Amino acid sequence: MNIIINGIQYEVEKGITILEACRKAGIDIPTLCHDDRLEPSSSCRMCLVEIEGSKKLVTSCSTLVKENMVVYTHSARVMEARKEVLDLLVSNHPMECLTCAKSGKCKLQDYCYEYGITEASYKGARRKPKIDTSNPFYDYDASKCILCGLCIRVCDELQGTSAIGFENRGFDVVVTTPFNEGLVNSKCVSCGNCVSVCPVGALTPKKQTYRHWETKKVRTTCSYCGVGCQMDLVVKENRVVGVEPANVVPNDGLLCVKGKFAYKFINHPDRLKTPLIKRNGKFEEASWDEAYRYIRRKVNEIKEENGPDAFAGLTSARCTNEENYLFQKLFRAVIGTNNVDHCARL
Amino acid sequence: MITVERLREIKEKQRPILEARLKEKDIATINEDGSIVLKGEYYERQVRIALKNCGIIDPYNIEDYIAVDGYSALADILMNKSRQEIIDDMKASNLRGRGGAGFPTGRKWEEAFKYDADQKYMICNADEGDPGAFMDRSILENDPHAVLEGMAIGGYAVGASKGFIYVRAEYPLAVKTLRVAIEQARELGILGNNIFGTDFSFDIELRLGSGAFVCGEGTALIESIEGKRGMPRTKVFRTAHKGLWQKPTIINNVETYANVPVIFQKGVDWFRSIGTEKSPGTKVFALVGKVENAGLVEVPMGMPLREIVYDIGGGVQDGKKFKAVQTGGPSGGCIPADLIDTPVDFESLDKIGSIMGSGGMVVMDEETCMVDIARFFLDFTVEESCGKCVPCREGTKRMLEILENIVAGKGEEGDIEKLERLSDTISSASLCGLGQTAANPVVTTIKYFRDEYEAHIKEKKCPAGSCQALVQYFITEKCIGCGACARACPVGCISGDKKERHVIDQDRCIKCGACMEACPPKVSAVVRR
Ligand SMILES: Cc1cc2nc3c(=O)[nH]c(=O)nc-3n(C[C@H](O)[C@H](O)[C@H](O)COP(=O)(O)O)c2cc1C
Ligand code: SF4
Ligand code: SF4
Ligand code: SF4
Repeated sequence: MNIIINGIQYEVEKGITILEACRKAGIDIPTLCHDDRLEPSSSCRMCLVEIEGSKKLVTSCSTLVKENMVVYTHSARVMEARKEVLDLLVSNHPMECLTCAKSGKCKLQDYCYEYGITEASYKGARRKPKIDTSNPFYDYDASKCILCGLCIRVCDELQGTSAIGFENRGFDVVVTTPFNEGLVNSKCVSCGNCVSVCPVGALTPKKQTYRHWETKKVRTTCSYCGVGCQMDLVVKENRVVGVEPANVVPNDGLLCVKGKFAYKFINHPDRLKTPLIKRNGKFEEASWDEAYRYIRRKVNEIKEENGPDAFAGLTSARCTNEENYLFQKLFRAVIGTNNVDHCARL
Repeated sequence: MITVERLREIKEKQRPILEARLKEKDIATINEDGSIVLKGEYYERQVRIALKNCGIIDPYNIEDYIAVDGYSALADILMNKSRQEIIDDMKASNLRGRGGAGFPTGRKWEEAFKYDADQKYMICNADEGDPGAFMDRSILENDPHAVLEGMAIGGYAVGASKGFIYVRAEYPLAVKTLRVAIEQARELGILGNNIFGTDFSFDIELRLGSGAFVCGEGTALIESIEGKRGMPRTKVFRTAHKGLWQKPTIINNVETYANVPVIFQKGVDWFRSIGTEKSPGTKVFALVGKVENAGLVEVPMGMPLREIVYDIGGGVQDGKKFKAVQTGGPSGGCIPADLIDTPVDFESLDKIGSIMGSGGMVVMDEETCMVDIARFFLDFTVEESCGKCVPCREGTKRMLEILENIVAGKGEEGDIEKLERLSDTISSASLCGLGQTAANPVVTTIKYFRDEYEAHIKEKKCPAGSCQALVQYFITEKCIGCGACARACPVGCISGDKKERHVIDQDRCIKCGACMEACPPKVSAVVRR
């Protein structure tokens, strides 16, 4: 199928949206409420494009390509509409960029820069600040919320928890929990997936102590379970200060509460960093070589005295399939017993 | 089980009973062709199709409906016509949706008819949320079976076995009549399995809406039936293909459905002989405002506004001057006096910036301030916006704020341009029809009454003398210094010596008008300006 975008012809697959076609062609279209993983919502109106023969502007996220469609993604009319949308958003936004934790990684800020919005044209009522700090891991500040709905849809469509939703109508809409009882009293499982998708500073991790440009990202695999979720550690001055999900297999940008928020053990003083060997009733630090030698000696001794079935092995849910495989191999082939099991079965 | 013979028997039994009742009450004329019309000039000037049984039959008695040929079209169709023929007839009739947009019903049905699916749905939109509109309500309360029959015919045509009527809970009487009607139709076998002994099965359920205007929008209505928050959906696919629970779904308005059985009874040619080429048939309007005879009127499309307002409505109340008429409710526009000869049909209204909408028609006289009218409608829209998309949620609020400032005398140079820019964005960038049409009252009043906006902003004057903040009470030289006004003023802001001309301290005046009433009529020295 052929379509013409900004005067250039492209061959595209049938059944994709204009937005997808543009992205494949390397044309950037701004979006605030879109996420490839979710049903299109078309609520932010930033992805509007002009189509020849159509009076109205259409949202590229929800319009399928048609043979010989002629699309303009950055025409004067489109740019004007996007600017006005940003202006309207900014006219109802606190503009606390100087102190906002999201600064430097905020889509609203980025688009205002791109579209040259320096200040709000409309001075009038503002959304009332309604801050929910009841969750132990993250906060919601309604005054900064642009009501893109991404948090609600992620919680519903991907996380499957449906803890949050919109309340009220029109100008008074806010994101909230049923009967306004606060996140801590809701079904929320604190997975933080809503925090990860929020394009602005409305949903933020508690006590964020960094600005985005001070950090670097280190891709790693979550160590909590065998799923192997990919994530980016947010690192400032060699300390892990946050975690962001990576949008790749197997987790597609999702994490659970442990992956997202339980990273503080990394720099915790109680954390074990070397093996410990008990000598004279007291644990003492040892090297890995020492530890392995000690284990091998003990295993041989016990096996000689009591036979291989004196051993039983139990692995952890934090091990991967590969690790579990190796573990049972160790027990069956090396030690010689079938006494091997996994904690997830208990 | 109902049969064609049984239907005829009921008709033959019930018809004389109905006629006797009408004769006794002396409210209707029975014509030679069997049609029945309500007596009185107001009704005789109208052409009633959708309202034809209203006020004539007993809505709680299905036999009354059958006595006026009710369900004969459905019976005939099920016995003698193929689904394709129904679609063809509907297309040929060019019946256009009466819910607002005027989309051709036949074409809509054809989309669902051609789309294969294991389940399809018919929905009747009875949410009627426009302020001042009560056309659908009247049909539901007085002739519910016409809607059921229209839905069943549609269900047969597109291949749907299930229908929903989404009716607002604020219409308790309509809900009751519908409940009774559905029950009676089920009892008689007109709803249910194997209707008239054919393999067509169809049943209807009620769903109550809780008073959100936006739930009248098709996709929001579907979300609401599905049990979700009533917010419009973005349409990747059309509703006729993927609607309720992602199945092919037809949504039509109450009045649209009420037209359907009559079209099949009297034929496509008859229907097309009424109204205009592009807008055949009639339309029901709720004629309200400063008009002598307010009420529901059903007239052929294409009738000039003047005839509706003057010949049927009896002109403006109290002999005042006609100023404008607002059609289409909060989504419509204001039509000024010099366009009063505009024919009322979809195209003509669209051309002058208004819409047919669901049929609201508010007449305004010379004392109506057009800026305030725009503010009034916008106030409604701001309340009713669902808040999903940015232009409507944020933009209409900003427009309202600007309009509120203008009528309060705080308008600024550049406000009109700001309103125009916002109108443009909201109309072209909003997600659903509510936002896309929200600016119409503002756009049309600026277009036709720009001088009124300018007077408010530049001279701080309301030419219609209706904006409280902008009127001034003023004592002219006719004053004889009797002091009656000063005694009447509740805030004591009038001063003056006996037999001398008095003055009002404008800064303290609360504009209650007590002085004007107190001034002896012979003197009439106080004026409002
Ligand atoms: C904000 C909004 C409110 C609406 N309210 C109603 C309504 O109350 N009743 C109705 O029939 N159509 C209403 N509509 C129009 C419906 O979306 C739809 O076009 C109509 O029900 C289709 O039926 P029709 O083709 O028979 O007119 C509304 C549309 C919008 C955008
Ligand atoms: S933390 Fe997870 S469960 Fe809680 S609201 Fe956010 S997405 Fe839903
Ligand atoms: S909290 Fe963030 S993700 Fe949720 S609606 Fe507001 S801006 Fe969007
Ligand atoms: S136009 Fe208004 S009512 Fe329609 S989706 Fe947008 S916010 Fe909701």
